[in-house]
Amino acid sequence: MGMAAADSQFHVLAVDDSIIDRKLIERLLKTSSYQVTTVDSGSKALEFLGLHEDDTTNPNPPSVSPNNHHEVEVNLVITDYCMPGMTGYDLLKKIKESSSLKNIPVVIMSSENVPSRISRCLEEGAEEFFLKPVRLSDLNKLRPHMMKTKLKDQNPKQEKLEKQEKLEIQQEKADFNSPKEQEQEEQQHHQEQQLQQQQQQSSNSNKRKALEEGLSPERTRPRYNDIATVAL
Amino acid sequence: MDRNRLQHQVACMRRSLFDQGYLDEQFIQLEELQDDANPNFVQEIVTLFYTDSARLIQSIEQALNSRPIDFSKLDDYMHQFKGSSSSIGAKKVTSECTVFREYCRAENAEGCIRSFQQVKQEYAILRRKLEVYFQMVRQAAVAHTA
Repeated sequence: MGMAAADSQFHVLAVDDSIIDRKLIERLLKTSSYQVTTVDSGSKALEFLGLHEDDTTNPNPPSVSPNNHHEVEVNLVITDYCMPGMTGYDLLKKIKESSSLKNIPVVIMSSENVPSRISRCLEEGAEEFFLKPVRLSDLNKLRPHMMKTKLKDQNPKQEKLEKQEKLEIQQEKADFNSPKEQEQEEQQHHQEQQLQQQQQQSSNSNKRKALEEGLSPERTRPRYNDIATVAL
Repeated sequence: MDRNRLQHQVACMRRSLFDQGYLDEQFIQLEELQDDANPNFVQEIVTLFYTDSARLIQSIEQALNSRPIDFSKLDDYMHQFKGSSSSIGAKKVTSECTVFREYCRAENAEGCIRSFQQVKQEYAILRRKLEVYFQMVRQAAVAHTA
């Protein structure tokens, strides 16, 4: 398939106080071929990630792996928003404030569609915001975020590979954007997703259309020329 | 009984659960997560739902019986109940939970008590139907083709 280490398993840490939702997210993630660990609270999540609650800075910056204290690497954290004690937002903040953990992508799930909540989370650095119940199609959005961190650890020589890998992954989606604009579009996309789930607003399709129209004409697919095989 | 016949009955009952609004699309999502490696996923998660719901129903009853009523606690319990019923596709139960939460936010004790009866009723009906349904599913799975 890919040229980089795309076949190695990604490990997702799922955090939810509801036993039903933990079972559901675990099944969803396993069906998507991820390794899963589930915990029922933010504090247990931090414990698993090797961060004590009162640690705000790590005096020993990690060399390669973001998780100094654990053998197991976590490639993404997906957490419920509403939890007793530490909320998903609190957990997100703690992760982003930690020098050892801040590069781990975090996704928030919530049963409530509260725009201010969504933007607050995105502003704090959450990659995505999923409305519950979460579906398999939502999880398709996770891989690119995990790919980013995985390849970050590798040497600069593989930067070209990284770009190609990223492009290949984006191709799985229907959209054809250049990587720079993909990022931008993803930001908009999950905001759109929330609105679309509630009401079918034409403004969303306009937004999308506007974005697509704004793309440069040279969004060709150089990789078709560059690589000998396109294994799909 | 003949397997084909049982499977037909299962399909009919399943159809009516959707047609009558007891279950929604989310239940289908659960079914799609079931495979040969996890053949009982739906039954397992529904069983978890029963246990969790029993706990929440008890907590809500206690909270409704205490004076003064702690509406924020009630809302919190109902938020959990709504969440789990929505996660398994329990359509009617979920909408009754929504009604309850509205009374909760309005701090309307009578409204809460009334709508909680509705929640319990819908939950009991759904549970009965699902128990029958899964029993049929299990019977069909072990039955022989005539």
